[in-house]
Amino acid sequence: MTDAAPAKKKRKFELDPKLAGYKGVWVFVEHERGQVHPVSWELMGEGRKLADMLGVELAGVVLGEPGEQTRRFCNEAMCHGADLCYLMADDILKDYRNEPFTKGMTDLVNAYQPEILLLGATTQGRDLAGSVATTLQTGLTADCTALTIDPDNRSLAATRPTFGGSLLCTIVTLNYRPQMATVRPRVMAMAERDASRSGRVIEHPLGMVESSIITKVLEYIPDAMQDKPQLAFADIIVSGGRGMKKPENFQLIWDLAQVLGAEVGASRPVVQAGWVDLERQVGQSGKTVRPKLYIAAGISGAIQHRVGMDASDCIIAINNDPNAPIFGFATYGIVGNAMTILPALTEAFRQKLAAVKKAG
Amino acid sequence: MHIVVCIKQVPDSAQIRVHPVTNTIMRQGVPAIINPYDLFALEEALCLKDKHGGTVTVITMGPPQAEAALRKALSFGADDAILITDRAFAGADTLATSFALASAIRQIQKNMPVDMVFTGKQTIDGDTAQVGPGVAKRLDMQLLTYVSKIVAVKPEASEIVVERRAEGGVQLLKTSLPCLVTVLEGNNQMRFANMPNMFRAARHPLKLWNREEAGIADDDIVKIGLKGSPTVVSKVFAPTPKSERAEMIEVESGDPKDMAVTVLSKMFTRFPAVEKEIAKRAR
Ligand SMILES: Cc1cc2nc3c(=O)[nH]c(=O)nc-3n(C[C@H](O)[C@H](O)[C@H](O)COP(=O)(O)OP(=O)(O)OC[C@H]3O[C@@H](n4cnc5c(N)ncnc54)[C@H](O)[C@@H]3O)c2cc1C
Repeated sequence: MTDAAPAKKKRKFELDPKLAGYKGVWVFVEHERGQVHPVSWELMGEGRKLADMLGVELAGVVLGEPGEQTRRFCNEAMCHGADLCYLMADDILKDYRNEPFTKGMTDLVNAYQPEILLLGATTQGRDLAGSVATTLQTGLTADCTALTIDPDNRSLAATRPTFGGSLLCTIVTLNYRPQMATVRPRVMAMAERDASRSGRVIEHPLGMVESSIITKVLEYIPDAMQDKPQLAFADIIVSGGRGMKKPENFQLIWDLAQVLGAEVGASRPVVQAGWVDLERQVGQSGKTVRPKLYIAAGISGAIQHRVGMDASDCIIAINNDPNAPIFGFATYGIVGNAMTILPALTEAFRQKLAAVKKAG
Repeated sequence: MHIVVCIKQVPDSAQIRVHPVTNTIMRQGVPAIINPYDLFALEEALCLKDKHGGTVTVITMGPPQAEAALRKALSFGADDAILITDRAFAGADTLATSFALASAIRQIQKNMPVDMVFTGKQTIDGDTAQVGPGVAKRLDMQLLTYVSKIVAVKPEASEIVVERRAEGGVQLLKTSLPCLVTVLEGNNQMRFANMPNMFRAARHPLKLWNREEAGIADDDIVKIGLKGSPTVVSKVFAPTPKSERAEMIEVESGDPKDMAVTVLSKMFTRFPAVEKEIAKRAR
């Protein structure tokens, strides 16, 4: 079974008139511990484009506890491009739980009928999306890397990698609404914030009582930030691959990262060899990153690595093979031995920093 | 305690080809394995069985060849295995797949109540992570996704406590059985198959269920396979991302130091934001 049904011969598509009332693009505003997940604003930027292509409104959907915080999230959603927000505020929604959030989201969809619903492909977004799509009996395309509107039939064309990134497929949901999609963090560019924007807030009740909800949150244990690498949001990343040859040599990656105040990343073989933590893997089965600067040493640039990092603003690749695929898409290429180039780079950056300091 | 583990047979390699006419994936010649993420779910189920006793049933929906995946699971220690296989299932997306699996699990429940359903976090071929949540919804079971640790199971009290990975932290959740758990990778390691289990696995009478045996009535044919799939692949293609070759840094001396200085000055000219970012670090 593939993850979506194979295409049949092209036939003329006509939307079921019953579904014509579904209008507008929605973005689920995900938050945890008082913080909106950045993926929501990335989706808002993308959702804005889709809504403009369709000539419809863009809405944020906020579920959470009553009070100033969820109001603020609504306001932020407008600043990031939404025309309006649907707000469901109830004490039951204080922590994310599948059951009440699924009920809340499905009720909102049934009441206000959006044609497109976008969520982050995070632990929360994927948990919710699968449940909501099943409850609504509609199509869901997971982990998309590109979204657009098919001009022929105004449906959402969602592109996603499949088979570990070896292939891409474009998936459409024809006669079902809403068309749902999830997108991984850092795949789309963040929407510009415009503090002057505002919009209306539509409140809708959840209509549940706590005693009817079976799953309880006993505790929330936040990750200790200091030892968890925050790769996805790092501005500078220094990554090493199998070409570093030995775990001892990987120290050169750490040295450069330290001078730059950068995070350390790695290709999959390095993670599998146990040189660094799983958290540091960049690529299809690891993290998607989009730093300002990505330095890749001894990494060949296989497609599964590339999909995780080629949205970086600037990529410096170091490889001793002039034909390495990474030179096909890096910004700057250095052909040479990483063991000598890395220390030279570390030194050059150190001098740059010293110069900046001296200049004040 | 009865745990049903849903597994999937997937192609082992990135060497996937696409049929030029039908845009379907050609699996011929690609070795098939149990989806690696599912092994964590199976091992977790076997650990619970070691601790509490009970039965572990593995099920998969797939072509007849998926039998190999089930026999492998039996060799690790699963008690029973069911292959749900019918041409009518072909072309299923996540919604149609969850319908078929949920229906089969309901059939299993008729013979022996099911306390828990385990799945892997996601598959390596589809990568959607959506079938588990779908099955839970259809069976009206509590859903626990991305479970990194099963803290306690109290079968008498019909209760389970787990740690669930959330963004930026871990949720400690308590819920009632029956429930569906998607197990996070990396927190256990699949045991080795022992001799008695290997013999048993080879001889075990596998159950093959077609559509009717999986409990899907004629009326529900529209909910499975291609017909039951809202999503349609309109195009499959090899990635050809924006290809702009790197500007190669060449210096006459061939000295790494000169290369480093050259690349920095080029970069700072073209990407002032990078220079600014680095300058921040000097403070
Ligand atoms: C389903 C699936 C998912 C995957 N997910 C990921 C993923 O998330 N992330 C990921 O990275 N990979 C992933 N892979 C693996 C991917 O296909 C590649 O195998 C992997 O990225 C290669 O890692 P590498 O570049 O470090 O090693 P290699 O491909 O072995 O490349 C090493 C490079 O180092 C160069 N080199 C050697 N010596 C030196 C030297 N002295 N100085 C400089 N350069 C040197 C070589 O020329 C070569 O280009 C996945 C694969 C599959 C099938």
